[in-house]
Amino acid sequence: MNQMLTSQWLLGGEVIYWTSHQFWSENFTDGAVFAEQVDAEAALLQAEEFVKQRAIVAPYLIEVDLETSVPKPISARERIRATHNTTFKVDHGSWSVRLSD
Amino acid sequence: MYRYDEFDATLVRERTEQFRGQVARRLSGDLTEEEFRPLRLKNGLYLQLHAYMLRIAIPYGELSSRQLRKLAYIARRYDKGYGHFTTRQNIQFNWPRLDNVPEILKHLADVEMHAIQTSGNCIRNVTADHLAGVASDEIEDPRIWGEIIRQWSTLHPEFSYLPRKFKIAIIAADEDRAAMRTHDIGLKIVQNNEGEVGFSFYIGGGQGRTPIIGPLVKAFVRKEDLLSYLDATLRVYNMYGRRDNIYKARIKILVQSLGAEEFGRQVEEEWHRIKDSALKLPEAEISRIRAYFAGPEFAKLAAYCPELEMLRKTNVEFGRWVRSNIDAHKVDGYAAVTISLKPVGGPPGDITSDQMDILADLADEYSFGEIRATHRQNLLLPHVKKLDLYALWGRLKGIKLAEPNIGLIGDMIACPGLDYCNLANARAIPIAQRISRRFSDPKRLEEIGEIRLNISGCINACGHHHVAHIGILGVDKKGEEFYQVTLGGSSAEDISIGKILGPAFSYDNITDVIETLIDTYINLRNDSSERFIDTYRRVGIDPFKEQVYGSAKERHSLTQ
Repeated sequence: MNQMLTSQWLLGGEVIYWTSHQFWSENFTDGAVFAEQVDAEAALLQAEEFVKQRAIVAPYLIEVDLETSVPKPISARERIRATHNTTFKVDHGSWSVRLSD
Repeated sequence: MYRYDEFDATLVRERTEQFRGQVARRLSGDLTEEEFRPLRLKNGLYLQLHAYMLRIAIPYGELSSRQLRKLAYIARRYDKGYGHFTTRQNIQFNWPRLDNVPEILKHLADVEMHAIQTSGNCIRNVTADHLAGVASDEIEDPRIWGEIIRQWSTLHPEFSYLPRKFKIAIIAADEDRAAMRTHDIGLKIVQNNEGEVGFSFYIGGGQGRTPIIGPLVKAFVRKEDLLSYLDATLRVYNMYGRRDNIYKARIKILVQSLGAEEFGRQVEEEWHRIKDSALKLPEAEISRIRAYFAGPEFAKLAAYCPELEMLRKTNVEFGRWVRSNIDAHKVDGYAAVTISLKPVGGPPGDITSDQMDILADLADEYSFGEIRATHRQNLLLPHVKKLDLYALWGRLKGIKLAEPNIGLIGDMIACPGLDYCNLANARAIPIAQRISRRFSDPKRLEEIGEIRLNISGCINACGHHHVAHIGILGVDKKGEEFYQVTLGGSSAEDISIGKILGPAFSYDNITDVIETLIDTYINLRNDSSERFIDTYRRVGIDPFKEQVYGSAKERHSLTQ
């Protein structure tokens, strides 16, 4: 099961993803993918430090599919979350949730 | 309009400063998120799917032009330049930063507004018929009583930690324009056999996962006893409402489990203990509040306006807008104008800062500076001279707020859904946008006639799908968005809960399904005066089911 780590900035509430640079990005495609549960849980532990520093709120892991060219969240909720709202035009490639035309 | 007295103004300002301190403590680390969360929610601040969301109360839906300008300013300065009107006559800003919220609340306090009790397990913003003080069929202006309830319920110490949230709506006419019986308490102003005016109490209505039509619990409560009877009802609920299961915590579950009669008996028992307490409303206080709602200085005008009639006949587009968006006014020569916040392809209930500013100017120019929010996510200018309707229409067209679709299929309710809401299972707004585009021809809309189509992104039913002629409910199926359809609901005086049509449909198919339902109705109706809901009630669900799922088979199943 491939996973990514997500959260929201405390101040602005923007959706963020944990990257391989040991920091956060608002761009879903920057996010690190964990193939192993132990790595995902280690990242979650690191995230708790950011919670303590009042930088982020409520981090959690999401499942992603790697069959496409870019990681694709399994749930519609997370796909939409990754687009930062579908009524604004954002494109993450072929899996991009259907925009409101 | 009601104006804050010193007590109101102080309370709101102190509350704003209190929240400023709470935000500072959160940012300094003195409060954890777990500690801060209930505090921010009590000030209407949610952390949603993509950002914070601030919900601002508009008591009984009434706004002044000054307040609307302030909302425009807040949207422009602190948000993304738009606001979203909800089904509870509130407005929501979807993108504020946490550290800006105390300043936003300060701006709101400057114009006698706040976000107190727009979330949490307390008595929420009281809603009312948007035609209050306008409709000729009302017994008395419900805003007077909405204001009295607002004052009683604001920071009521005994009812700050109810088992669950609590919603009150009030109407004063037989025509229910506020979905009154879908509320925890629905109040209807009535006249008894002796000609005395008082209140009927419908208690335990609600939507969500267990939709229930509020039963009549008390047929007549005298005006002076309004607060004591409300208090007694809340006390019984506060004492016996379930706190062990969030899904069974609303008052509707308590009323259902006890039975309306037994629940009423318990309220009666409590009421007799407190009815002669300080809660008895003195006539002087009622008169003081009533004076704020006396209405503006209307001009003396003829009921018939030949200029208007001429323009209606000669300008097809204007004539259509008058038929759809204008309600009668109790004062001769005036009309109430509903401003559709449902432009073709637009998110229902959204309005930009620029539109708000111009609308505030139009309210000053044409409607004594008054604006109302409606529970169907539209706005209303309540007091417009018939003679001014044509000029107003032209100005509204200029800001794309003259959509002639009120009460028609384009006038959909849609909750924020999965585009904003943390609780949603599926998107609602893009579905509304697609349906709106499919039915964009105003001539076709009129031919279809009156229809209520409501969309909720989850079973919490903020989009009122249970009580729509056609309801759409977003559901999650293995991580994908699907949409269940219900037929036959109504939130009006002929209230009913819709029935599920069958298996849910995919995001891509739901618009086609709606069109099939509409085509089926057109084929089945006796004539164009028979509304969708009337046809449905006459023929039942089967002909609709047959058409939708029959055609689905031919197209390799709509539900896959």
